[in-house]
Amino acid sequence: MIEIRQLRKRFRDQQVLDGVDLTIENGESLVIIGRSGGGKSVLLKHIVGLTHPDSGEVLVNGQDIAHLNERELLGVRRKFGMLFQSAALFDSLTVEENIAFVLARERNHTPEEIARRVAEALDMVEMPGIQKKKPAELSGGMRKRVGLARAIIYRPEVVFYDEPTTGLDPVVSDSIDKLIVRVCERLKVTTVVITHDMRSMQTVGRRVAMLHQGRIYATGSPQELMAATDPVISRFVRGISDEKVHTF
Amino acid sequence: MTSVPVKVINSVLSGLGRFSLMVAEVVRSLTTQRLSGRDLLDQLYFIGVKSQTVVLVTGAFTGMVLCAQTYFQFHKVKMDSATLAVVSVSMCGELGPVLTALMVAGRVGASMAAELGTMRVTEQIDALRTLATHPIDYLVVPRVVATMIAVPLLTAESITIGILAAYLVGVHLLQIDPGYSIVNMQRFTDHRDVLMGFIKAIIFGGIIATTGCYKGMHCGQGAEGVGHATTEAVVYASIAILMSNFFLTLLLTRLLALT
Repeated sequence: MIEIRQLRKRFRDQQVLDGVDLTIENGESLVIIGRSGGGKSVLLKHIVGLTHPDSGEVLVNGQDIAHLNERELLGVRRKFGMLFQSAALFDSLTVEENIAFVLARERNHTPEEIARRVAEALDMVEMPGIQKKKPAELSGGMRKRVGLARAIIYRPEVVFYDEPTTGLDPVVSDSIDKLIVRVCERLKVTTVVITHDMRSMQTVGRRVAMLHQGRIYATGSPQELMAATDPVISRFVRGISDEKVHTF
Repeated sequence: MTSVPVKVINSVLSGLGRFSLMVAEVVRSLTTQRLSGRDLLDQLYFIGVKSQTVVLVTGAFTGMVLCAQTYFQFHKVKMDSATLAVVSVSMCGELGPVLTALMVAGRVGASMAAELGTMRVTEQIDALRTLATHPIDYLVVPRVVATMIAVPLLTAESITIGILAAYLVGVHLLQIDPGYSIVNMQRFTDHRDVLMGFIKAIIFGGIIATTGCYKGMHCGQGAEGVGHATTEAVVYASIAILMSNFFLTLLLTRLLALT
């Protein structure tokens, strides 16, 4: 279980997180929504320990990771898998080397075992046979799938997705959403997705938390948020801005 | 409102602090983590083997021009046969390590800053961290160790080719007597000159790699950030090499005199 308590973070004169409280239960599928620049990715980076908060706690199975140093965090992060918005594949390595990265560095797996597990991970993301390709040869959707294969090969307890459908066409976005659901069900992992794509939210999420003005503004099922009458939630899920259309 | 000089001082001090922490982490990693032989070999190939041409050309032409200039002055006082001794001492203790380090800083330091900077802005360094890998262990330590091994070897190569080129110019072009030249060279070039060059080269290698890696790991956002990091890596490493060379010469001359 992950518990976030009164998390605060300021960048220069901007208070990005202003007392976030959130609990993520084991095995659940949580979607965190909010406006662009609203601090969703910053919150995610705090949960995996990539950023340190100004104050507050991030408890992973009861251990506060907010104040651990980089080496102490390495062990905690072994429980996490993360798919970055840009996939963040290592350019200089092949697809196989990218996916096998963690296993190869652990030095206790045979080359045959690593090759078998890479093939299994690629099968799971429906990208078989591309082991020898370089990331530059892959499309955006393929890169995300390879990024996901790299995140799940070592069987993490929690998989984080940072805007997994951003920059993809609607069809590829839908296939990525379905892939996230499939991975969650097959591996029985906790899933946390950051998105502002309402279709993704409804496909992937069993519970949704909305981040607004640096705090968790609302939580509920996707259906509850879609039907909410609160103006902040309603305008966000329907995609209505405050701007007026001017006619000249 | 904070004044501009205070901001500059803050920036310099925080930069020095981050740099010191990175160097401390490199030392900690070297003493507690196992270095991957494959990563080290990859870096040795890139830094050592791929820098051969530039280092050989620099060494050869430095030796040649130093020989010619020294000869032109010594010839006036009939000291032609001391020309190669001056070249040898200068190449071993000063010009060999300094010029090799400056060329490697331009080629390798810039490349390290650009590669790590690009990895930073494309979230690849964050990805490494989520894959339970410390960026210092995987990215910085192999580069620092490889540079500290490669630069002394490249320096030895540069010194050798520089002296050889100077010999060819001196004996075959300027008609210096080869027998006396070699005797004088052996007489005036001490093992301390060679040792000084090697010690300097190891330290310069450390300066090049830590500066390049630091600038890459802490670069600003976007292409502009990577561009600045690359330029600063070369400029700062070059300045640090030239400044530290002076102090190293004073220090090592005294220390080696005791041996």
